[in-house]
Parts: sequence; C-alpha cells; structure tokens
Amino acid sequence: MVIDAIKNGIVIDHITAGKAMELYRILGLGKLDCTVAILKNVVSAKHGRKDIIKIDQIMELDWDVIGYVDPNITVNIIKDGVRVEKRQLKLPETITNVIRCKNPRCITSVEQELPHVFRLTNRDTHEYRCLYCETKAN
Amino acid sequence: MRHLIDILELSTAEIDGLIAKADDIIANPGQYAHKCDGKILATLFFEPSTRTRLSFESAMLRLGGQVLGFSEAASSSAAKGESVADTARTVSCYSDIIAMRHPKEGAPLVASMHATVPVINAGDGGHNHPTQTLTDLLTIHREKGRLNDLTVGFCGDLKFGRTVHSLISALSRYTGIKIVLVAPEELKLPSYVRQNVLEKNNIPYTQTTDLESVMPELDILYMTRVQRERFFNEEDYLRLKDSYILTPEKLESAKKDLCILHPLPRVNEISVAVDSDPRACYFKQVDCGRYIRMALIMKLLEVE
Repeated sequence: MVIDAIKNGIVIDHITAGKAMELYRILGLGKLDCTVAILKNVVSAKHGRKDIIKIDQIMELDWDVIGYVDPNITVNIIKDGVRVEKRQLKLPETITNVIRCKNPRCITSVEQELPHVFRLTNRDTHEYRCLYCETKAN
Repeated sequence: MRHLIDILELSTAEIDGLIAKADDIIANPGQYAHKCDGKILATLFFEPSTRTRLSFESAMLRLGGQVLGFSEAASSSAAKGESVADTARTVSCYSDIIAMRHPKEGAPLVASMHATVPVINAGDGGHNHPTQTLTDLLTIHREKGRLNDLTVGFCGDLKFGRTVHSLISALSRYTGIKIVLVAPEELKLPSYVRQNVLEKNNIPYTQTTDLESVMPELDILYMTRVQRERFFNEEDYLRLKDSYILTPEKLESAKKDLCILHPLPRVNEISVAVDSDPRACYFKQVDCGRYIRMALIMKLLEVE
C-alpha cells in the first residue's frame, strides 16, 4: 500500500501497534479538514509492528497527551518536503483533562469546573494518580 | 505561607518539632494562652465531626484566638451550590487560618489552591487526615518516649481507614518500625499503600486475619471502626462491622506496656470493659489532639 509523502505536515511515527485510533480520538484529529492517514500494523524492523498517523498540515500538538498515550512515539514535522524537527516523547509529569477521575468520592465528581489533573507517580509502570484523591488512573 | 493537606508535607524534623512544642504546651499552658490573640480560625466542616472540630476550636481558644465557621454543609453556601474554591476565597477574607473537613477527597487541596490563608486538612473522605496522624504520633511519643523501634499493629478497616494510611506513611520514615496488619479480606490495606509505602521503604510487615495470634508481638495496637459512611452497600457494612471486637480476654497475651489507640468515635470494636485497662490510651489520645493542633496552628501562623 502506498501513501503519498507529506509536503507540509506531521508524521506521528512508532506508535505502538493498535494505539493509533486512541491517539486520533484524544488529539481530536477527526475535527480536521485536511487529509489524515492512519496506518495500522505497519511492518517495522525495530518494533515488529507499529502504527503511523500522517497529518497533511502543520498544527499545534499537545505533547503531553501524545507522551501519555505512548512515550515511545516519534513526531516528525515536515516543511516543503523536508523534515525540520524530530521529537522523541516521554511520559509527562502531569496531564490535564486527558482522562477523568472515576472515583465517586473525588471532589472532581461533584465540582464540574475543576480540571482533571493526574500526576506521574511511577515512571517504570506508567502509573498516574489523581492530583486530588490519588486514585490510580485506569 | 504553608498549608497542611498531607502528613508527608511535613519532614520528620518538623514533626519532631511539633511534638516538642506540644510537650512544652502541656507542661506550660499559661505561656501559650495569648500566642494567637487577635487571630481567627475558620472551621469549615462539610460533614459532621465532634472531636476534630471541637479540638481545633478548643486549640485556637486556648491560644487566645477566636473561631468562626459551620459544622454541616447544609448551613453553608455549599447548599446553594457554591464551589470549594469560592468558599475558600471568601473565608480567607474573614479569617487567618482555615481548618476544613469535607466528604469529597481532595476538597481541602482545592481550597488551598485558592485560599490566601493557610488551610489545614481536617479530613477529606477516606483520603487524608494529617492532624489525626500528628495526634497519634504525639500520643505514641508520650507513651513510649520514641517513634523508632516499635511493632505497630493496625486492626479493623484498613481499606477505607484514612488514619491508618496516614499513620503508616508517617511511621515509615522512622527506623526500626514493624507493621502488623489485621483485617478481614475485604478490608485489607490497599495494595498501593503496601507497595508505595511499606515495600518502597523496606518496612517489614505481616498480614493476618487473626488478632490474638499477633497480640504478644505488639507495642502499639491501633484499632479502627468499620465506617458506615464509606460503604455504598449497607449489606457489606453489616457483614463486616463486627469483624474485630477488643475485649479484656483478648488482651491477656498482650505486653504489659502495650499502648491501645483508636481515632474514635468507637462503636463496639473496643469493649467498654477495656477502658479501665491502663493500656487503653485512646482518651489520652483525644487530649493530645488539642495540644498538637495548638502547635500546628502556631507553626502555620508563624507565631513563635
């Protein structure tokens, strides 16, 4: 299968196979008017299988969200057919309004205006806990 | 300006300092009678409490300060839907320090983000209760003369018992601590407390359902109530509430200098027949609560 090379846009590469749709949803890529290609189960010498997302325009990305979904991702920014930036992601220390606290005893369950903030509590196990009630993110 | 939301915000040196200050207040109460003249403590209690609220109010009054506040959400603007943040901003205008109890976990943290005066967490749901932990530490220190080299048993509801989680966290920073966990299967200490506190700090611990089998080992026995308000299901509460009842017979194999603690209120988990045993320290614990809160209020108000 051939997908055209991007002239001006973003390539989100090395996504763990199966996670592209989650990233597509969380980043709100469905709202874009430009072409967005999702490649699933691409053969990779390094990872065996991987997913790739190609976005045919340059846009602001929430690096924390991408890092939370998959810290192994590489993001390439392409301008005039040339890669001008390559960014390796890592797990962010905090994420805000990406996931919601499901603890019915948490203050966020009754105060709708509060941001849902989670802190990284264990980098090895990718464990995040609610800032307010310390409940583990699912 | 500092708040106290979680006991781990205080270093062990600060905790030791608060204990020393409380000891001095107990020895010389007259010297502290006017330390907070002109200061106002706001007690914002969104759920019922006898001990904690009155202890805070008594502490401030004994320091020469004054108190205002409410003792249930229904008599506050929360009943009209006011947010915790707005309540904190408002009450900051009327007071010099706030003590807040709230049924929702994290509410005092939210208050501390918006208040312009120090906020003390006086209990947030099943989450944290740092001044109870300070009370427990002061009581243990006064009874045992140390916070090191102790075998501490926790019995009852170790799952929802916020005082248990906080005290284990605080003790884990001292040396020579051994923890014995006694609970029914459904109310065992959560795995994240075992992993993130006990195992992370290499604190030796054992788990059992049999209190009498571990009784001879204990220097401290911390009893807890199975709390009706933490259960969504009444049937589960009724099934578990009588799991452990401490009686004089069960204490026969205990050490002569065992120290029995309970954050109170108790229902029936400690028989009243135990009250006259010199090892029953839970009413001394209540008294310690006021003194350590006096020391804490002074520290957060930066009163020397």
